[in-house]
Amino acid sequence: MKAEFKLYILVFLIMTTGIGLILYKHLALGFPLLPDDKKLTWIVEAKIDFVANGEPVIVSFALPPKNTSTIFMEENFASPDYGFSEIASPTGRRAQWSKRSANDSQTTYYRLNVYKNDLTIATPPSDIPHEPIKPEFDKAHQIAAIALVEQARNKSANTETFTRELIKLLSPQMPNQNQSLLINDQASVDYKTNLVIDLLALENISARIVRGLYLEGGRRKQTLSNFVEVHNGSQWLLFNQETGEIGLPENFLIWQHGAESLLDVIGGQNSRVSFSIIENVQSSRDLALLNNENKQATIIDFSIYSLPIEQQNAFKMILLLPIGALIVVILRLIIGIRTSGTFMPILIALALIQTTLLTGIIMFLTVVSTGLLIRNYLSHLNLLFVARISAVIIVVILIMASISIISNKIGVSQALTVTFFPLVILAWTIERMSVLWEEDGPREVFIQGSGSLITAVIAYLFMTNNTIAYLTFNFPELLLVNLAFILILGQYTGYRLTELYRFNSLDRRRNAISEP
Amino acid sequence: MLLASPKKLRSCGIIGMNQRNFSLVSRYNPRHLYPLVDDKLKTKLLAQKAGITVPKLLGTVDYQHDVKKLKDLLSAHHQFVIKPVKGSGGKGILVITKRDQNDYIKPNGDRLTLAEIERHVSDILSGLHSLGGKLDTVMIESLIQLDPVFSDYSYEGIPDLRVIIFQGYPIMAMLRLTTHTSDGKANLHQGAVGVGVDIGNGKALHAVQFGKPIQHHPDTQKTFSELEIPHWDKLLPLAAACYEMTGLGYLGVDIVLDRDLGPMIIELNARPGLAIQVANSAGLAPRINVINELKQIDPDPQSRADFSKENFSNSLSGSLPPRLERTRQGD
Repeated sequence: MKAEFKLYILVFLIMTTGIGLILYKHLALGFPLLPDDKKLTWIVEAKIDFVANGEPVIVSFALPPKNTSTIFMEENFASPDYGFSEIASPTGRRAQWSKRSANDSQTTYYRLNVYKNDLTIATPPSDIPHEPIKPEFDKAHQIAAIALVEQARNKSANTETFTRELIKLLSPQMPNQNQSLLINDQASVDYKTNLVIDLLALENISARIVRGLYLEGGRRKQTLSNFVEVHNGSQWLLFNQETGEIGLPENFLIWQHGAESLLDVIGGQNSRVSFSIIENVQSSRDLALLNNENKQATIIDFSIYSLPIEQQNAFKMILLLPIGALIVVILRLIIGIRTSGTFMPILIALALIQTTLLTGIIMFLTVVSTGLLIRNYLSHLNLLFVARISAVIIVVILIMASISIISNKIGVSQALTVTFFPLVILAWTIERMSVLWEEDGPREVFIQGSGSLITAVIAYLFMTNNTIAYLTFNFPELLLVNLAFILILGQYTGYRLTELYRFNSLDRRRNAISEP
Repeated sequence: MLLASPKKLRSCGIIGMNQRNFSLVSRYNPRHLYPLVDDKLKTKLLAQKAGITVPKLLGTVDYQHDVKKLKDLLSAHHQFVIKPVKGSGGKGILVITKRDQNDYIKPNGDRLTLAEIERHVSDILSGLHSLGGKLDTVMIESLIQLDPVFSDYSYEGIPDLRVIIFQGYPIMAMLRLTTHTSDGKANLHQGAVGVGVDIGNGKALHAVQFGKPIQHHPDTQKTFSELEIPHWDKLLPLAAACYEMTGLGYLGVDIVLDRDLGPMIIELNARPGLAIQVANSAGLAPRINVINELKQIDPDPQSRADFSKENFSNSLSGSLPPRLERTRQGD
């Protein structure tokens, strides 16, 4: 009883550690549980052009703020011969390129690789706004502005609805006198943004401009879009200045909060910034891996991922073996399939992975049955045991070679894969089968042979399953879960399925005795 | 119905392979005692020391280079059995019943040359039949003479009796009869007939071949109902005494009946199979429970055999309440 109790505690500990690690990797580090999980990533490139006039040049460019809802995988600042530094200013990050002297047209690049993090919800910035600065309009504009604000106020209940109504009143779909006075057709986007902010200030509401980029693939020469961010007393709310919609649109990258300039160029003129966006689809697992490698998460740093690729590939295979072992345990202990050699089926399954299922089985059967025939002949020669096994190995090689050559001549290239079968295992199988034939008869050979093959095929099906292969490699913690399962199965003392068949006649006979 | 319901099997007290391994073999048979039964030579010497009858040892071959001495060793004998010392389940046993000039003749009439016998011996020495392929030793024993009682029930071979000894008490017995299908071997896998034997009186109960009930011996057509094992009173204590000899709590004792010398132990098994339950149409679990409830194990094999005869006789076993072998809670 005590030993069992200890075992259950052990199983529980192993199981919780395993599952805990898996959940941690999934929830905290963002490793997806399914292999086909894909994510959109974008490469945003900002191209800054200006014409230098031979003086010292300083280019200062606002960089998008880092937050939890978007993950910056990579940032590049490429510009020839420029000194570069990243400066943290109170209004956000800025890139600064500098050069002693430059002439003619100059270009600098900023490239950003970014994807959305589904796991955290975007949190609005929490900084406290300044007091709104009352705008100064001329007489006519002042009246129009007050009228508009009045109108919006009447239709609204709070800051949120007021802002929405105000934007609606300014939209060209609802033309009216006040609106057309305030905005003429030539008014720039920035002008409108500032107008909205000014009108909000009349109502004593703090607001600021937000510039950002719609992340859509294949766009070139994009400019930033303007949004209005309004403080409702407790938090900042983002408004679309054209439609009045609240909230961050999907796939929108906020570049800048506040009215500070996007680009300042000292020592140059005709400066211009344009954005181009390339969309990519990448596997979530690769992204998670990359991101966590960057962050140097310990669990990733000390994992299989830190090994060279070659060894990682080897581990891909090795980590599948425990799945095969679990299958064998289940099939032997619970189903009761008899196999020749306990773990020989796993080795066959490994060979099947290389050869594909059908070809593999045909090859296996051909080699083993031919081998059995020849072994039968060898048994008539007077040979010592070790010599005979060695002879069988050589015979197996000959069979493999002839199968490969013949099939190549016929034009069936798949048969060449026969070489993936582990030689010694095949020879040993043949020897065992042949001894089994002599000792226990063909019936046992058939039972154990087909048992081994069925087990191998089932193990193969599990080991080649995409999801299982993905999970075992990316969540090696599953080994612990697997181990716990095997420990529990090791305690199973119930009947095997085949025993229900085996003892069936006994059961019926007892019924026959007790009934009359 | 192709499958029996597990519930019913449990109520009959049938023990499955997992339970046998878990709660009988690994619980009652300490590993370090295995060599005593896995090595037939050790068993034989041990049995001789304990005064238990065994077939006479004619000689052994220990090394490959001794194979050449086989000719001299065999020259004095016309009938003999060649066995691997570490073989299991009757593997690698070669029986020679006659000699015809230079040829050795098997029970089924096949003729073997000395070279073929030498190869067989060499195979055994290489570990072909031993557990885990370890190097092995060959022993040559005198041939058992078929008891006339069995002459109608065996084909080309010597039947043997398997008795399960639990904590020194014989709890179940089965006679294994050779058939043509089994190639004269008492191996149930190969088609030998298993006959359940009443522990109370040594009379045959049921018979199975390949797990299916049969009424007649497939070769001799003799019905099993008249079969009764002679020397039953002498045989049971003999089997029971193997408990003291080995210390194994769950033991299979294989006994043959020699026409002239009576019951002899030929092999012990630390992992006896479960087919015996099918042949007896009864589960082992209720009988194991009876023994487990005893306050102490009687030190005298004779009185243990008497206890078993009294308690496990077939006329009684039906009236015993079916009980489960509960070794763990909730399984």
